[in-house]
Amino acid sequence: MIEVEHLSKVYNGRRAVDDISFRVEKGEILGFLGPNGAGKTTTMRILTCYMPATEGTARVAGYDVFEESLEVRKRIGYMPESPPLYHEMTVYSYLDFVAKIKGTPSSKRKSHIDEVMQKTSIGDVRNRVIGRLSKGYKQRVGVAQALLNNPEVLVLDEPTIGLDPKQIFEVRSLIKSLAGSHTVILSTHILPEVSMTCSRVVIINKGKVVAMDTPEGLANQMKGAERVALLVDGPAPAVHEKLSSIDGVLGVSAEEGKNGQPSRFTVECKLNTDLRRTLAAAVVSQGWGLLELRGVSVSLEDVFINLITKE
Amino acid sequence: MRNILAIWQREMKSYFVSPIAYAVLTVFLFLCGFFFYSILSAVIQSTMMQAQFGQGSQPVDVPGIVGRSFFGTTSVVLLFMIPMLTMGLFAEEKKRGTMELLLTTPVGIVQTMLGKYLASLTFLLIMYAGSGITIAALLIYGNAEWRPILGGYLGLLLYGAALLALGLFISTLTENQIISVVITFGTILVLWLIESFSSGATGVARDVLNYLSVIGHLDDFIKGVVDTSHIIYYLTFAFVGLFLTYRSLESMRWKS
Ligand SMILES: Nc1ncnc2c1ncn2[C@@H]1O[C@H](COP(=O)(O)OP(=O)(O)OP(=O)(O)O)[C@@H](O)[C@H]1O
Ligand SMILES: [Mg+2]
Repeated sequence: MIEVEHLSKVYNGRRAVDDISFRVEKGEILGFLGPNGAGKTTTMRILTCYMPATEGTARVAGYDVFEESLEVRKRIGYMPESPPLYHEMTVYSYLDFVAKIKGTPSSKRKSHIDEVMQKTSIGDVRNRVIGRLSKGYKQRVGVAQALLNNPEVLVLDEPTIGLDPKQIFEVRSLIKSLAGSHTVILSTHILPEVSMTCSRVVIINKGKVVAMDTPEGLANQMKGAERVALLVDGPAPAVHEKLSSIDGVLGVSAEEGKNGQPSRFTVECKLNTDLRRTLAAAVVSQGWGLLELRGVSVSLEDVFINLITKE
Repeated sequence: MRNILAIWQREMKSYFVSPIAYAVLTVFLFLCGFFFYSILSAVIQSTMMQAQFGQGSQPVDVPGIVGRSFFGTTSVVLLFMIPMLTMGLFAEEKKRGTMELLLTTPVGIVQTMLGKYLASLTFLLIMYAGSGITIAALLIYGNAEWRPILGGYLGLLLYGAALLALGLFISTLTENQIISVVITFGTILVLWLIESFSSGATGVARDVLNYLSVIGHLDDFIKGVVDTSHIIYYLTFAFVGLFLTYRSLESMRWKS
């Protein structure tokens, strides 16, 4: 549905997007993840025909974003980074305007707008002036605007920023419910958002794609070791030495408790070994108190930090 | 067509909730009324003086003189008002990020431009209609000839259409309304003052300068003479303005 090939964008000699390629299949939700300034917004602006690429091509629903921009624009719903709102209009008249310029037939417009307002829970502010809405409501009007005219492809630039937790949850469920019938590409900095809503993730950093996989796949791929966290009541140096001497342990990091408080240890073990029993036995056999012991799974967060900090 | 209408409607609504548009309308109508009144009293006073001293052998066409001076003054007032009608048309869209909406929906650049242009023209017509109330008094009570008055309004309409197109273009160049209004005003002022430079020039240069002057072409209209060359001048002016607007919007999409 979306095919991006060797796309680059140069702003005044600086490469904001550098030779990125990826595909999004029909009905898929793709998460676009990256730190500030990674080039997420730039890529989305190219996909939505707002600006041209310097090099490379992008096709949406089979149409080239540069050559057949009108066909692309007919099929895309775009929620820019800052919601494109006319502050003096009421919510309803704004949505009515957007529906008109998107070409929704007048006979269906009213019911369609009602449906979209219900999906984004903004029905209660339908006659309020947009400029006086709270940030979260403005954001939701921005999402509603993108959904108008049922576009095949949705491009959402940080759709949940500025929302309260309940709304974040609702917007995420909304996006999830679009899977299958719509193709969605959304950008975010929030990692749980990706694991919750997206079927696939593209991580970009400094304009380059650094990883592309399912959220679980990424976590597994990054997993170089099994980790076990322990909380032990005992002399930290001795515990450290004991744990390090166990067979299969690659490394131990300690966080010594103050004033005789228990210390925390993180033990790195060889991949595909479960040393939890051995570790527990070792601690107990020395007469130290084992207060906590758990396996630590590698989170997407670790993957992310790892990817974007390694040069 | 439907898109043009949608853009036009939105723009009209935003004019009518905008304090700027109301201020422009109020000040314009006030100035029109004020100048009309002062011109009228000045003309009446001078005709009475003439009559007293017995020089008024031929009858003085009071409504005609009043009409001419009125249109002359109005055209100057418009010089200040028109930049304010166009300053925000694209500048505000760029500033609020709504340009991103317009450029990524199926609505075309030409349609957006025409919708906005027609909205500003409509607002100008509303201003003219308001000022027409005073002028109507001349027709009703003053037995004025209607030809110069109609000609005057036709001239003002073309003149306004030309300046609005220029303002629309300048509005695409910046995202700051103030910069937009200042540049528009400066440009119009130059086009207006060009006439006074022409007195120093000779030959072809003089003719060219005279031809370029935006206000010079209005004189014949106010006298009731509708000359196609003036109509062509204003229409060309408006067309060039719209063409530049189009190119500027196009480059916004394809260069950035
Ligand atoms: N209009 C522009 N002119 C010049 N440089 C720009 C422009 N827009 C973006 N950039 C630069 O391009 C790079 C990528 O920006 P972009 O907005 O795409 O990042 P992003 O991934 O969306 O970041 P964020 O998470 O902060 O939204 C940045 O270094 C930014 O400074
Ligand atoms: Mg961004």
